[in-house]
Order: sequence, then C-alpha cells, then structure tokens
Amino acid sequence: MLLIYCPYCEEERSELEFRNAGDAHIVRPANIAEISDEEFEEFFFLRQNPKGLIFERWRHIHGCGRFFNAARDTVSDRFYTTYKAGEPKPDVAAILKGEQDKGAAR
Amino acid sequence: MRKYSVFAVAREALRGHKGWGPQWASPEPRKDYDVIIIGGGGHGLGAAYYLAKEHGITNVAVLEKGWIGGGNTGRNTTIIRSNYLYEESMDIYEHSLKLWENLSQDLNYNVMYSPRGVMMLSHNIHDQQSFKRHINANRLYGIDNEWLTPEQAKAYCPPLDIAKNARYPINGAALQRRGGTARHDAVAWGYARGASDRGVHIIQNCEVTGIRRDESGRVTGVDTSRGFIGAKKIGVSAAGHSSVLMEMAGVRVPLQSQPLQALVSEPLKPIFPCVVMSNSVHAYISQSDKGEFVIGAGTDQYNSYSQTGGLQIITHTLDAICELFPMFRRVKMMRQWGGIVDVTQDRSPIQGITPVPGLFLNAGWGTGGFKATPGSANLFAHLIARGEPHRLAAGLTLDRFRTGRLIDEAAAAAVAH
Repeated sequence: MLLIYCPYCEEERSELEFRNAGDAHIVRPANIAEISDEEFEEFFFLRQNPKGLIFERWRHIHGCGRFFNAARDTVSDRFYTTYKAGEPKPDVAAILKGEQDKGAAR
Repeated sequence: MRKYSVFAVAREALRGHKGWGPQWASPEPRKDYDVIIIGGGGHGLGAAYYLAKEHGITNVAVLEKGWIGGGNTGRNTTIIRSNYLYEESMDIYEHSLKLWENLSQDLNYNVMYSPRGVMMLSHNIHDQQSFKRHINANRLYGIDNEWLTPEQAKAYCPPLDIAKNARYPINGAALQRRGGTARHDAVAWGYARGASDRGVHIIQNCEVTGIRRDESGRVTGVDTSRGFIGAKKIGVSAAGHSSVLMEMAGVRVPLQSQPLQALVSEPLKPIFPCVVMSNSVHAYISQSDKGEFVIGAGTDQYNSYSQTGGLQIITHTLDAICELFPMFRRVKMMRQWGGIVDVTQDRSPIQGITPVPGLFLNAGWGTGGFKATPGSANLFAHLIARGEPHRLAAGLTLDRFRTGRLIDEAAAAAVAH
C-alpha cells in the first residue's frame, strides 16, 4: 500500500484514504462543442501511461476531500513529491539532485 | 517435431525418459523477417503459430524481452468464458472458446482445458437484472448461459454459503457450463512448440528498444538488445507494455497499465468443482488440478509497471472469499503476484491496423486476456497476413475512440472483468 503526503493536510496518510484520478495537467477545452473528433479523443481518451515519471491527480477522499497532484515513478511506485492543484509541474530532476546532495553532505 | 502420444510416453518410460528433446528451438535471430511479433505471451506465440499454419507465413520471429509465458500468460487465473454482452465481444470470445475446445488436439499438447462451468454470483436486484440481460443476449446469439436459483447454485458448487443472513447474500447466479479453466503455461509452450516446428523463430531475452520507419512512414524493423532486426510487418502484442512500444512508433494509444494481483493457496484435496466469480464483491476462485485455490483480485487504482500491488486489494478479495465460502476460512495462502494489465476506457480490447503502415496492434485485453488467447491469436494472424481485420474482430479498431463506436463492456459489467 502506498503512503501519500497530502499537501493540504500536510500529513502522510495511507492509500486507503485516497482515490487516484488519472493524469494531471489536462485542461478541458473551453470550446468543447466546437473541437474536432481528433481533439476530443486527445482530450478525453489519450493519456501518457509512461514507464517512469508520471504526473497524476489524487483526491484525499476520506480526508480533506481535495484534489492535488503528484509526481511518481511508475516502475518503483515511489512518490517524488506531491503539490497543490493549480501549481506548475515540479522539477523532478532538481528534487532528485537535492536528495543526492543531502546524502553526500551526510 | 516429435508427436506426443501414449506410445511415446510408454517408449520413454522404458528408456528412463532420456529421449525427450527441447520443445522449441532457440535460434540466433536472422537479419530480417517477413513478420516480427513483439511479445512472447500466449497471444503473440499463438499469432505466430496461426500465421505459419493457416496463412503459410513462416519467416516469422517472436521477440520476448524475458522468457516466453513469463508475463501475464503466466500470471492470470486461467478463467475461460464467452458470456459477454455485446456482439463484438461475444464474437471474439466465442471464437476463442470454440478453439479452446479442440486446442489440445490441434497443438498435440495437453493444455488441460477443463469446461467445468463458470458461475457468476448475483447479490442484489441490479446484479440479477444485469445477468439476465446478459443471459438473454447470449442465448439469442447462440451462446450458452443460464440462470440458477440460489439452491441450484449451491447444488452446482456445494461449498457456497447461500444463507439469507450472509454478509453477501446470493439471490441467484448465471452459469456458463462450457466455461472453465486451462493450464496457462501449457498454452504458451504448446503454441511455441507448434510455431517453432513450422519454422518460426522464438527469440527470448530480446528486448525491443525502438521501432524504425522509412521516409514513407512504413516500418522497416526494430532495434533490440540483440541489435537491429528488419521486418516488413510488425505485430505488437505486449500487454502492459503495448503503449510503451507504440510510443516508439509515434502512436499514442488509449491504454492505461495497472497492476492486477492473483494468489494461490496451499494444495487441498478436490473440493471445488467449478469456477465462481462475484463481480459485486470482486472475487473469483477455482481449484487447480494441483489442488491449489487460484484466486483473482482487482486492479490497483493507479498506473504502474511494478508487477506488484497493494496488500489491501488481496485482503479485500480474501474477505469476500471467506464470507462466500466459510469453510475456507482457515486455508493458508501460499504465493501472491501481480501482472501489468493494459486497460482501455471501454474495457474492450484493441485489435487492428494503426496509423503506421505495416504496424499492427493487439492490446487492451485488460483483465481478461487469457480466455481470449486462441481466438485473439487466430484473428491477429489473419490481420497481419491480410492487412485487414477478420469479420469477427472488425469492431475492435483503434480509431473507435475517435469515431465514438465504443464497445462498452465497462458499463455492462460495472467492474473490470
């Protein structure tokens, strides 16, 4: 089971309290009635499904109830970071480098 | 290929079983092939077998990054049935079931197909309405499926608890008597042996790292961990990794890869005569010929390639099993594992041409790919050989997510299946 840090509650809680909500940073077209079938497929059905770094939404459904985003590795299932909805994609390379530096300083 | 028969077994018994050879060859890859199939699971090996057997195309290689049958073919719960709701689904799964019935004879390899019956439990009025709709649709289409009262269900599967005050009360069941199980490893090995005998190259430990295309966009071959291998046509049949491979050819596909877990118990004497599935409480169980209970759990909620899953998922399944079959409460579980299933949004598979000339896709079988193995392989071979889908797989196109012609088994079953 995953341990997930909710950026609103500022607490690490078990996966049981959360619901995964698919890819993050997908913007619903404002002119949804006018877009072409290709654009609708792109918006509605096509997802990244990466082997490696994924940006995804989670909802703390049995907690604060709010949506937030996470950067996670889909091979190791490790969370790099979680961040509030509306914030830009974090720089995962910088996060990893920060951890390495911390490790070296020790 | 040496034919397996009772006489061969008797002869070898007298010679101390020293005369058995390898079941398939492990050749060095050629520079190029007419067809390369990526993915050495049941679907891929079967497609190679049918390409050679039914379409006369033998200059074929199956590339497998690990060992054959080591992915989802070796990780499923071996359930076979064809009682789906929509015609597109019934077509392909029934085609598959008919091939299962004669597969051991066709391959000269005992795949241990056992039509012991698949019983789906109904727990509430919604289940009942949905199942009866399935039964009526199936029977109108010529597929067997019948409704059982709780007492009839108990008679068919005696360990079942049908008490009115049970935690998950049962108000009936749908039974497909021709459904059942088969031995998953034997399916991969049998197809590999049959394909290899007809000249197909089975190349293990050969991971595809790129798909090359010429100026016109047509595929020319694949880069692999064992160098470049040319191909006129490429079939992708790689389950959870299909979207990774399609990305190499620049094609985005509506697939999500998620862990799906299964587990087996310690072996017991024969006690469980059929396959029982409960969609509402999400548990399915059968007993293997070794005596182990084979139990399937649900998918995890997040995308992952980790081939593991959360413990809470299998705990939930075992909770349900213990309620449905109270006599199994003290059975110990022996092994647990996860496979990576590729799930489409409408929970129906994708088998068809792609925007890239020469590249064919067989994916999206999600949580139910094993039962489809012979049918899918047979029709995928047809697709690769002819360049257009067989009538029975014509609806499973990749572009249905653009045209809107979805085959919405997800809504029909309301769970992964």
